[in-house]
Amino acid sequence: MTTFGALVRRDLALATLRGGDAALTLVFFVVAVAVFPFGVGPDPDLLARISAGIIWVTALLASMTSLERLYRVDLEDGSLEIMALSAQPLELQVAAKCLAHWVTSGLPVVVLSPLMAMLINLDMAAWWILIVSLAIGTPVLSLVGSIGGALVLGARKSGALIGLIVLPLQVPVLIFGIGAVEAVLRGGPVWPPLLIEAAILIAGTPLALWASAVALRMAIE
Amino acid sequence: MTTSFHRLANPARFQKFARRALPWSWAVAVLGLGSGFVWGLALSPADYQQGDTVRVMYVHVPAAWMAMACYALMALLSASFLVWKHQLAGIAALAAAPVGACFTAIALITGSLWGKPTWGTWWVWDARLTSVLVLFFLYLGYMALAGAFDDRLRGLRAASLLALVGIINLPIIKFSVDWWNTLHQPASILRAGGPSIHASMLWPLAITALGFAAFLVAILLVRIRSELALWRTEALMRRQTRGMT
Amino acid sequence: MSAFFDMGGYAATVWPAYGVTIAILVALVVVSVRSSRRRHRVLERLERETRRQRDP
Repeated sequence: MTTFGALVRRDLALATLRGGDAALTLVFFVVAVAVFPFGVGPDPDLLARISAGIIWVTALLASMTSLERLYRVDLEDGSLEIMALSAQPLELQVAAKCLAHWVTSGLPVVVLSPLMAMLINLDMAAWWILIVSLAIGTPVLSLVGSIGGALVLGARKSGALIGLIVLPLQVPVLIFGIGAVEAVLRGGPVWPPLLIEAAILIAGTPLALWASAVALRMAIE
Repeated sequence: MTTSFHRLANPARFQKFARRALPWSWAVAVLGLGSGFVWGLALSPADYQQGDTVRVMYVHVPAAWMAMACYALMALLSASFLVWKHQLAGIAALAAAPVGACFTAIALITGSLWGKPTWGTWWVWDARLTSVLVLFFLYLGYMALAGAFDDRLRGLRAASLLALVGIINLPIIKFSVDWWNTLHQPASILRAGGPSIHASMLWPLAITALGFAAFLVAILLVRIRSELALWRTEALMRRQTRGMT
Repeated sequence: MSAFFDMGGYAATVWPAYGVTIAILVALVVVSVRSSRRRHRVLERLERETRRQRDP
């Protein structure tokens, strides 16, 4: 567990050193949400109806902005090979990387989501569920994103490629994350989508860790 | 199944098999598709509700079936490539991807054409069409990833893993899209390939599906042989440059 | 006969659907067979060269 903590701490330190990945993701999230009213118009009713979707889709895009860098730096400076050779299972180290990625990209979005929800007129009754659904869903975004980040190591044009690979795989968590918020707005049952979202997180975590580790081993072979 | 599969993993045996199977599969494909299309267009009855638009079913439904079958086949081959290191299996998956993407495109375009008179619009986010759209994206991702590396083998391995991740994800995507669709309650549902289909429509559907399946086999054999030639050429070139230095 | 081509008023639906299907399938065959022939030609040439190099 010491390596796990060390890896998380190192990634977080790197993120702060590089001038704050978290801050950048946060600014992206805020600006991207704020652009939507310019696209669909300022009508409060319309915004209220689509606000959950706007926030969730923007959270998805925000989580992807730093995916390309997730493992590339480790590959270039050789620390990926050290990770693969160390006694700790690579899957555990992938988990540490994902946790660090979530802290710098998912957590800020969760924290700031009520403010953005207010700006685009989401019903206050749904705020809590929005926070909960994002708190469950954003780790999935990081985990699935990690598979994409590991797969494109060494590829040409990896930035656009990650989007093509990762976006379709994120459809389920997006649907149930937004579904939970919409359930509140429509007066339907909130628990089914929320529980399914949690199930995706629980079942998806080992799968994503395994797939990322396999992809990383391919990259250094 | 496993033994024949392992035996086919030998390129020389595969070439022999391909030479023998190709004429037959082309013949079944042309006959099946030809007679199926004529049957579907001219001989089968119009639906009492959908009228003649139901004839689109004979191309739309088998194409969608083949699109899904092709992805399952691709994932199986990819698994065999990653687990047992059968390079031929990986190459076969690579050859299958564009074919699957074409079937998916056919299913999407014909579904959209069918949607115009049924729904009054070209595209509706119907559960079935949406799932097929995501499947199309998965194919595109596989092909893009496989082609994104200077080292062809590296690209193939990455793409094979993506195919596996995709096949695990597909049922979840299907389930979530169905759930999402009932939440938003669409205006009408495309009734295609339902259980209450009449025998006069089942036969042309079965024949076209057979034609599509034979077409899939034939085009796969052609494309695998083509890929094998390419890989062998590159291996020879590598050996030549190594001999020079 | 014209009733057949009219497709009960749905000619604009049925014929393009079959047309697109056939067009895509034919295009797939043409592209695949052509590139296969090209690749096999290149391979055969290369194999002849290597054989000549090995036993001149």
